[in-house]
Amino acid sequence: MTTSRRKFIKISAIGLGGVAATTSALSMFGANSYLDDLVKQNVSKKFKRTATYCEVCFWKCAGWAHTDEDGEIKKIIGNDDDPHCNGRLCPRGTGGVGMYNDEDRLKTPLIRTTVNGEETFRKASWEEALDLIASKFKGFKDTYGAESVALFKHGSPGSHLEHLFKAFGSDTIAEPAYAQCRGPRETGFGLTFGSWIGSPEPTDIRDTKCLVLIGSHIGENMHNSQVQEMSDAIDNGATIITVDPRLSTAASKSEHWLAIKPATDIALLLSWMNVIIEEGLYNKKYVEKYGLGFDQLEAHVKQFTPEWAYGITTIEPKEIRKTARIMAAAAPSVIIHPGRHVTWYGDDSQRGRAIAMLNGLLGSWGNRGGFYFKESLKVPEFPHPEYPEPKWGWKEIGKKYPYAEMGITTELVQATIPSENNEYPIKAWLVAGTNLVNTLPQREKTLEAIEAVEFMVVIDTMPMEITGYADVVLPECTYLERYDDIRSMTNRIPSIAVRVPVVEPKYDSKPAWWISKEIGERLGLHDYFNYNDFEEVIDWQLHELGTSLEEMKKIGVKTFDRKSGPLFLEEGQDHYFYTPSGKIEFYSQQLADKGFDPMPVYTAHPEPPQGFYRLNYGRSPMHTFSRTINNPNLNALKSENTLWVNPKVARMMSLKTNQEVWLKNQDDIISTFSIKVRVTERVRWDSIYMYHGFGHNNKELTRAFGKGISDTELISKIAMDPLMGGTGLRGNFVAILTENPHKNTEI
Amino acid sequence: MRYAMIIDTLKCVGCSDCVVACQTENDVPIGYCRDWITETVNGAYPNLELELKSERCNHCDNAPCVRCCPTGASHIVDGGIVMVTHDECIGCGACIESCPYDARYQHPDGYVDKCTFCHHRLEKGQLPACVSVCPTKCMYFGDLDNPNSEVSQLLKNRKHKTLAPEAGTDPHVFYLI
Repeated sequence: MTTSRRKFIKISAIGLGGVAATTSALSMFGANSYLDDLVKQNVSKKFKRTATYCEVCFWKCAGWAHTDEDGEIKKIIGNDDDPHCNGRLCPRGTGGVGMYNDEDRLKTPLIRTTVNGEETFRKASWEEALDLIASKFKGFKDTYGAESVALFKHGSPGSHLEHLFKAFGSDTIAEPAYAQCRGPRETGFGLTFGSWIGSPEPTDIRDTKCLVLIGSHIGENMHNSQVQEMSDAIDNGATIITVDPRLSTAASKSEHWLAIKPATDIALLLSWMNVIIEEGLYNKKYVEKYGLGFDQLEAHVKQFTPEWAYGITTIEPKEIRKTARIMAAAAPSVIIHPGRHVTWYGDDSQRGRAIAMLNGLLGSWGNRGGFYFKESLKVPEFPHPEYPEPKWGWKEIGKKYPYAEMGITTELVQATIPSENNEYPIKAWLVAGTNLVNTLPQREKTLEAIEAVEFMVVIDTMPMEITGYADVVLPECTYLERYDDIRSMTNRIPSIAVRVPVVEPKYDSKPAWWISKEIGERLGLHDYFNYNDFEEVIDWQLHELGTSLEEMKKIGVKTFDRKSGPLFLEEGQDHYFYTPSGKIEFYSQQLADKGFDPMPVYTAHPEPPQGFYRLNYGRSPMHTFSRTINNPNLNALKSENTLWVNPKVARMMSLKTNQEVWLKNQDDIISTFSIKVRVTERVRWDSIYMYHGFGHNNKELTRAFGKGISDTELISKIAMDPLMGGTGLRGNFVAILTENPHKNTEI
Repeated sequence: MRYAMIIDTLKCVGCSDCVVACQTENDVPIGYCRDWITETVNGAYPNLELELKSERCNHCDNAPCVRCCPTGASHIVDGGIVMVTHDECIGCGACIESCPYDARYQHPDGYVDKCTFCHHRLEKGQLPACVSVCPTKCMYFGDLDNPNSEVSQLLKNRKHKTLAPEAGTDPHVFYLI
């Protein structure tokens, strides 16, 4: 895994200045003040609050950042009017201040250089770094076309850079949020209901009578309003059914936990449909009015009895029948949740479709306690000339996958690696807010592409691993130090939220809107960036929406009346679904026409060989992927991951809790670091489990470095979803090593 | 007035938001905490029970920390809240040893620190920070002397427990089970 030209540079090599001095409020008051005095001071302290929305995850909850009289950010609390959080942030949002305070942040632009034959970074001025980027981009455009410059993005900075790229003439854009995460469910639901799920999911959990989770670990993923609503549902006496090989937090709150054998979910879904149809429990009126192809589905699932599924899933037929009847009794107030991170085994769009079809049979789409009709407010675009039409882009690169509706990261990676018949050669990368080496599977391949790419810019707030491979690193300021786009996302009612700088950017960091504009100006794209400050853009947009920045600074969030009609279907109402037939498609002619299964089938997936365990991974509620591990507040809550091992396995291998072990996968890839064992009944004997995002190998992430194992580095095998290009990640198997495999090597 | 806190273990997901909120509200140094999450697993796969809950000082009526404090720094104020006057604390650690809940820690500045039920927020009519942020709304706070309060009603109508009842401390943090 060595790279020659693009040697990984440890950013500290040149020193980035000292650690900012921080003063805790306690020491400000003197070490031994009376508590009562302290209490009084706390009470009398005047906090100023600034409207923001969170960037620690994609839920983007609106909140108020509180600063004290010295301008120090003391706390961030949720905005009561925000439907994403209802005044309550999750631990990551509450701990968002750590993102600002993190002393390991990127502090100045850096340019790769060679000193005495050693590659290193040197500090650069913004002027120099931006000039270099613009001249390189111009060069690529002249020689290969603007399309050869690719953008990998995540989060709020992404939209500013996407605008820059489109103005520049490149649509070669992708984000891991699609092909490594939720893409397949969008395809599955799109093919069935003609509508994407989108974010936040339009699930009416608070009013549901029955919530079915298939591997979805709400409560460990802290998708805020959804976690809140699951809690409401518990209060309201809803039945929760969780299908998971692991006793997730949600499973522990469930009346029925179906401890399924991994990789067999489609078999369970088919047998549930079998029971619901065979026993006549489906919503006949609904299916008749809105459905298409029910007869074919009935014939299709006839063979998939609970007895058939038992042999595959290990779930007893009586459990399958019982849970199917519970769902049907609750219908249409039932949610078979589409999940979020669903790139598992390569047939994920079809699993998403099976989930959608089951919801269709029960009539939950468009009914209270099921799925509501979401709505968002369209924010008018700030005036700019039309974007030029690129000759090729993400769509052409991913053309093998007919249902891909966004760029496929791994296909962009492939297109970067030189080959004889590469129609779409990518020459340069700009990576914003995504740590590609720890996000994409098949790290070797990502590194091969990085080796091949002629120029690479990374924009981030932290020295994530990807920065070490860049030619130019640009330090972005955190969300607490910048304006960003108006947040307008779908929900029950449309709402908007603003992000206003709470404090000045620390160090020499800059907002992504400014970076995009400055590169744009240098590329002669001034007309696309016709403003001095992004504040002007937001204010113009807010006026178009009938409010103003002045008002939004005071309220943070504004909600609007729905315009698209009621949240739910009225009895007997006509409804057009955006599928080719205008109906809920139980049978998909378009899939059949393209040579795919028109209805989902179960396919057996590889199982772990002797001595290996399936590598399962998931979210820790206090972290977002790999990006928060170094956040001082959140790191204090969880600084490393552990390897969950079933006691049977532990007994066989004489493993003890807290024992240090290493992992080796089926392709002989050995984990860089060790991980501590956690012997627990919560995990099956055929798989191990760990939290995702740990095992950082950049020493500049001082708190995160070397803590735990990165699941991603062990995911060298992927199962591609033939419909939309999702990368199935859960077919990797690991052996547990009790001896240090790196004993004689240096990391 | 007798303050009490109730945590519904059927809803708590153990996310630690209460821990971070306490930290930012009370300037608890990073690496220390006044509240924390515990996880208990019982049974064997797949017949398992998992309990997650947020723990802190139990603000006991019969508080061993107050009884053993040699200087009177640990004391009980109105509403039954156990407080520590930092200036009177000599950091001897007797209270830390005596607490059956392990709720106290020695602050880097020398004194012993712990949960105050956010006394300073109560004065302003606000709920403790942990209660106010909890995404699952699994935490309740109020006056047990008022029979109509949410906490009184919950204890009247729901199955509950306290921690280490055998210690005889008469704790005022309750868990719905």
